[in-house]
Amino acid sequence: MTETAPFFSDADLAGDFYTRRFQPGPSENTLILNMGPQHPSTHGVLRIVLEVDGEYIVRAEPVLGYLHRMHERMAEEKTYLQYLPNMGRVDYLHALAWNWAFVGAVERLAGIEVPERAEYIRVITTELNRVASHLVWWGAYLLDLGAFTPILYAFEDREWILDLLQTPTGARLTYSYFRPGGVAADIDKEFLKGAKDFAVHMRDRLKMYKDLVTDNIIFRKRLEGIGPISLDMCRRYGATGPVVRGSGLAYDVRRAEPYSVYDRFEFEIPTTGSGDAMGRYRVRMEELEQSLRIIEQAVDSIPEGEIRVKGAPKVKWKAPAGEAYFAVEGGRGKIGVHLVSDGSNRPYRCKLRAPGFSNMSLFGEIARGILLADAVAILGSLDLVIPEMDR
Amino acid sequence: MGSFSIPVELIRIVVGVVAIAAFVALNAIILVYLERKVAGHIQRRPGPFEVGPHGILQTVADALKLVGKQLIKPAGADAFLFWLAPVLGFLPIFLFFLPMPFGPVLTTLEVPLGLLLILAFAGLNVLAICIAGWGSNNKWSLLGAARGVAQSVAYEIPLLLALLAVVFMKGSMNLSKIIDSQGAWPWQWNIVLQPLAFLIYFICAIAETNRAPFDLPEAESELTAGFHTEYSGMGFGLFFLAEYANMVVVCAVATTVFLGGWKGPFFSGSWWFLAKVYLLLMLMFWPRWTYPRVRFDQLLNFNWKWLMPLALANLLVTAFIMKVG
Repeated sequence: MTETAPFFSDADLAGDFYTRRFQPGPSENTLILNMGPQHPSTHGVLRIVLEVDGEYIVRAEPVLGYLHRMHERMAEEKTYLQYLPNMGRVDYLHALAWNWAFVGAVERLAGIEVPERAEYIRVITTELNRVASHLVWWGAYLLDLGAFTPILYAFEDREWILDLLQTPTGARLTYSYFRPGGVAADIDKEFLKGAKDFAVHMRDRLKMYKDLVTDNIIFRKRLEGIGPISLDMCRRYGATGPVVRGSGLAYDVRRAEPYSVYDRFEFEIPTTGSGDAMGRYRVRMEELEQSLRIIEQAVDSIPEGEIRVKGAPKVKWKAPAGEAYFAVEGGRGKIGVHLVSDGSNRPYRCKLRAPGFSNMSLFGEIARGILLADAVAILGSLDLVIPEMDR
Repeated sequence: MGSFSIPVELIRIVVGVVAIAAFVALNAIILVYLERKVAGHIQRRPGPFEVGPHGILQTVADALKLVGKQLIKPAGADAFLFWLAPVLGFLPIFLFFLPMPFGPVLTTLEVPLGLLLILAFAGLNVLAICIAGWGSNNKWSLLGAARGVAQSVAYEIPLLLALLAVVFMKGSMNLSKIIDSQGAWPWQWNIVLQPLAFLIYFICAIAETNRAPFDLPEAESELTAGFHTEYSGMGFGLFFLAEYANMVVVCAVATTVFLGGWKGPFFSGSWWFLAKVYLLLMLMFWPRWTYPRVRFDQLLNFNWKWLMPLALANLLVTAFIMKVG
């Protein structure tokens, strides 16, 4: 049985490169299934072409680019500060980490020192943003697994963070808050108090989430042993973040290549050795707790002072010629920005390293022989944000 | 004079069928509202709130919207099968309610084998899912249909075995007789004699009506919407109506067989029947909004490795006790 529907002529099929390339293999018992770009659990416009035998996946090939917005090219057309708002759009869930990666690269390029208070503000806001990012992942993942309610609880907590962050940043989702040499606006006492209150509130909720979701027998049976990723695979595909930590390697940019003031805080890098979807789930849930710890320590020890260095770059600022690379730990893994400057007011080249792209590339290999339902569970455990992958 | 007279039974059936149609439609509207409210409160939000006081007219508005929508048949779909499926899914509903004793005299048709009638026609639902999945010319629908068939066939067996245990004890498949044999107080109901059978029946009933956590044929995060992906307007509406009507049917059967039907401690009558049915329906809503979905192989394993042997053992023990005691 070939799966060419009679109402399609061959010419129609030929229009799509991937469908044409992806004809059924030698066994004719399989069908070609397009999962996405419009599918409820690819969260956006990821498309995966699947060859399935019944519900078992024989081959899977991710097709990207449906949300490609040429962010890297745009960098070459805009000045350094004009380009900053793009960063909030690359990964809308952890926008501040991308902010940080970009301003960090600019600072390294020009050798700008950042005031201590600004560093603390960056840590607090970025960690709050990380918690928000993980909460969205948590809710959406449970939605993928068929549980409708958790996402509303997660969004209730996330709302608290958004309300907090909107005061200093002026935005609720696509922040462009950091500036080369500091941050755009100072935070006040209320914000600090709110952040501490949130940490207390969130700990209660995490306990509840553990009782209601993590310990649920159906949930555990869906995740345990599903989609095991070996460390070797992580190395081959360049997987970072919770994916590699779920496979047992305690690699976190905040510890491995310490930047800013992260070396002053006590926090652990959670890992699990199992490498399955449950391992990645546990790592992220534990990271929420660690982020709260960092927030509390930073709020307690934040110094007074300037929030931006004197003579910080303005819109028409010209960067010195050279190259700089800066990496931060985002919610999904290692975020890297590589800037090449020719001495003008615009980057000559800007390379964005998106962790989601590497993490997603694993999927084709681990998807062989699994069930369709497990594919959804694995995709969710990789925490994909499509705009970040496509950039 | 041999004047022409209409047999009383025929009038009874016609009136009954009209009443059933009204009951099914009204119930669906109330149930959808109720479910959305229950879901809302489980999710810490008010649920429908805008149309009418506390949103009570929301489902009416939704139903009107659904009726007004264009019916679209995908290119390449088998027109006959595609339109047959929703009708086939909906029509058996009337047959389910025919022998149902709503109250002491509120039975449309007294059938000696009432339970058998209901169970026999419950099988038609599978056919509707199967036809819808095949006729839609959509791969996701086809996968949903395949799941639906495997699931329904598997879960029908322990469901039958669980009911059979009660039938063994009462020696009748007449629903009214089964109610007559039970008392008014909760400890005189069959659930006390057959708690395991009730549990098995209820789990199977959730699976039979494709409700979460066993909603695999329509699993929207996996199969977009499963077998009814391609249906719009009332094509989808009939499936939706049938789903809610089926829920009422399985709960009504549970009420009749296990919970004493319309009998209650005080003022026995139809209200007890409705109250019990709605209590069970609430129990069916609950897991949908609190549990994740099981995987397909887990679903079948659970059935073949746990429910089936348990139901069989329950039946054997019941038969043994009936014979000896």
